[in-house]
Amino acid sequence: MSPAPDSTSFLFGRLTLAALPLHEPILVATFAAVALGGVALLAAITRFGLWGYLWREWLTTVDHKRIGIMYIILALIMLLRGFADALMMRAQQAIAFGASEGYLPPHHYDQIFTAHGVIMIFFVAMPLVTGLMNFVVPLQIGARDVSFPFLNNFSFWMTTAGAILVMMSLFVGEFAATGWLAYPPLSGPVHSPWVGVDYYIWALQIAGVGTTLSGINLIVTIVKMRAPGMSLMKMPVFTWTSLCTNVLIVATFPVLTATLVLLTLDRYVGTNFFTNDLGGNPMMYVNLIWIWGHPEVYILILPAFGVYSEVVSTFCRKRLFGYTSMVYATVVITILSYIVWLHHFFTMGSGASVNSFFGITTMIISIPTGAKLFNWLFTMYRGRIRFEVPMMWTVGFMVTFVIGGMTGVMLAIPPADFQFHNTLFLIAHFHNVIIGGVVFGMLAGITYWFPKAFGYRLDPFWGKLSFWFWLVGFYFAFMPLYVLGLMGVTRRVNHFEDPSLQIWFVVAAFGAVLIACGIGCFLVQLVVSFLRRDQLRDVTGDPWDGRTLEWATASPPPAYNFAFTPVIQDHDAWWDMKQRGHARPLAGFRPIHMPKNTGTGVILSALSLVLGFALIWHIWWLAVLAFAAVLYVSIEHTFNYDRDYHIPAEEVARSEDSRTRALAGE
Amino acid sequence: MSMHTPQPAEGPASFYVLEEEHAHPGSGTMLGFWIYLMSDCLIFAVLFATYGVLGRNYAAGPSPADLFDLGLVAINTSMLLFSSITYGFAMLAMVKGRKGATLTWLGITGLFGAAFLGLELYEFHHLIHVGATPQRSAFLSAFFTLVGTHGLHVFFGCVWLVTLMLQVAKHGLIAENRRRLMCLSLFWHFLDVIWIGVFSYVYLIGVLP
Repeated sequence: MSPAPDSTSFLFGRLTLAALPLHEPILVATFAAVALGGVALLAAITRFGLWGYLWREWLTTVDHKRIGIMYIILALIMLLRGFADALMMRAQQAIAFGASEGYLPPHHYDQIFTAHGVIMIFFVAMPLVTGLMNFVVPLQIGARDVSFPFLNNFSFWMTTAGAILVMMSLFVGEFAATGWLAYPPLSGPVHSPWVGVDYYIWALQIAGVGTTLSGINLIVTIVKMRAPGMSLMKMPVFTWTSLCTNVLIVATFPVLTATLVLLTLDRYVGTNFFTNDLGGNPMMYVNLIWIWGHPEVYILILPAFGVYSEVVSTFCRKRLFGYTSMVYATVVITILSYIVWLHHFFTMGSGASVNSFFGITTMIISIPTGAKLFNWLFTMYRGRIRFEVPMMWTVGFMVTFVIGGMTGVMLAIPPADFQFHNTLFLIAHFHNVIIGGVVFGMLAGITYWFPKAFGYRLDPFWGKLSFWFWLVGFYFAFMPLYVLGLMGVTRRVNHFEDPSLQIWFVVAAFGAVLIACGIGCFLVQLVVSFLRRDQLRDVTGDPWDGRTLEWATASPPPAYNFAFTPVIQDHDAWWDMKQRGHARPLAGFRPIHMPKNTGTGVILSALSLVLGFALIWHIWWLAVLAFAAVLYVSIEHTFNYDRDYHIPAEEVARSEDSRTRALAGE
Repeated sequence: MSMHTPQPAEGPASFYVLEEEHAHPGSGTMLGFWIYLMSDCLIFAVLFATYGVLGRNYAAGPSPADLFDLGLVAINTSMLLFSSITYGFAMLAMVKGRKGATLTWLGITGLFGAAFLGLELYEFHHLIHVGATPQRSAFLSAFFTLVGTHGLHVFFGCVWLVTLMLQVAKHGLIAENRRRLMCLSLFWHFLDVIWIGVFSYVYLIGVLP
């Protein structure tokens, strides 16, 4: 599969025509479809003259709302890729029994499950979470933007550059065939000599820069830019969970960065960190990567918990039950998530005491999580529940997540884990918490805040259809995997001998098809809602009778978010304002100080993409050139001192007056 | 942000800041930069931990006692410590608004930084020359990576320092430049602290019998 090592040249490094997978019909067809679609899209943009608009209003924007929306678009595109991988795996495992080899050879299958994991975590779940936090947090705290608006744009484009690198590996070369965490020595230079692992490394490193910086950005935003009166214990719960998530991001992504650097050195320089020779220790990698990896799953789930908290209290028309305990539970989870990493490899053989410690800390995490569930239940108790789509996702989550949580506690028992380790039971468990927790939460959040972003609601019929397909599909797809796991079937296998297992895989594949219908319905929902936007329009800016500040401004919010910074008197600030008869100021507008758009983020990200590509293919001259360019552009950017402007008072008055008219029903 | 919130005539409580002071861009920069430094500190934490775990895996190759020349490292350390003192003088000059003195002290700081880098490169060159390459053993892999990462930070600190000197020369000690000098100051002293860790943990403990 990989060309001979002597085929390297100065000009192109390891890149030869043999790197193009022309012999793989599946990939050729995919490439043809992607290329046709891409050309059609570019042609359409040119045809309608949208390049200037896109560049000025979106690509170079420093507006946190637009950056948030772009993150979510990126995540949805990558979801299609990641889910296509899932369907291929389910199809392979449903047919590859006995004499049938299925349609995916082992090396291709290995790349698919690796790409599936990497894409779903780094380029679907992370951008969904970051996008939602970006859009919502500044609005919830009554701020006009994040603390470092340019950095925010830059972070988004670095994430995108990482995603593009992963996508490129599909058509140029190969992707890692190591599993999503690329354990050495399999991922080392001896066993993975070609470009797959290098694609993995550089995609994650480039995207990781963006993630770390956006974590810092949002922490400072939440700490420094809250509107007057919003003490920490008056912050909305989603903002609290965002704060904890970003603390976790800053406290763990550097560990991932450093770990991948060490693996990079092993591959590029020939050091012996994780080799089996000359004193290297592969288990060091496994420890380090899980010190990042375990907090990572809490990075994903905490904002989802935040969404559920907002949704439950809004759609039950009650203040969240146990706000204080919810905050403390979030903080405790944040801290505990850092001391459980070893439960991912009890079988390493670290001894009974160490395994017991990590088993117990893992079980302890279920206590604050359980407290949260009771808080949501008690919020619903005697509330006036409206079963709108976000609430349905929330209830679906509460049932599903409890099952995932309980199987998690089963896995936390070290002796039991020796049976479950690397079986499909584990696969079922983490899909149970990630789909039932993170994905449901993000879909609830998108449905909940969509009218804020675009000024019209999502069509509820297609939303409900999507929900039911997802929910039922999830159970069909993953309950069989629990059963198979208990029978001892291991993960990452592309062919089975025992025909009695096949029926379970067929059921799981059926479940995956149902989920595909759920994703399809979601996409249809976006289109239908756009077409019916006049019927679904919301002029109030507060379609759900919300409780937090984001509902106090227009939908979509003006660039400056709030003409006057709100003053917070109580929890659920907007609810309080409505209850006590606030009056929206109609005059006395002042110029508003805002950051200017800049193209530097796009340029730096494009250069980083070139740098990554050059490093992957060992095109050293290009790498040096691209790195020098990155350095030059970064330094040059700091020579620009003219970064802000004022929105004139008349313009603020114009946009506020149009809102006044809209509210009056004109 | 002003808390001056006059009661609107029609409402029972004031819910908006009506008289807003000019916003202060960059008021969060120092906090943000501090958090960035802590994230960088975690990168070093990983490298220290790796050195801690692998640092005695000599693979029948040279050990710290065979390789390290404490005299050279002492000179090197003093270069970095002096550079921190001179950076402090630059900051004092900045506070007094003396642009020329600030630039001079920054220049001296940069020279100390360059001297540190030169000595470190000499040490690396020497080690590689005697066969103690990063590929030789896990100990040497961890050593070169930890010390080299610190050196790389000092190098980028120097690039940043030169950039800032140009900017101060061009625009003077305006608010933006003072903020940037403060950030670089944090960065520079942070590297000093890391180096003290490297010096004690890698070099001093390394040559203990």
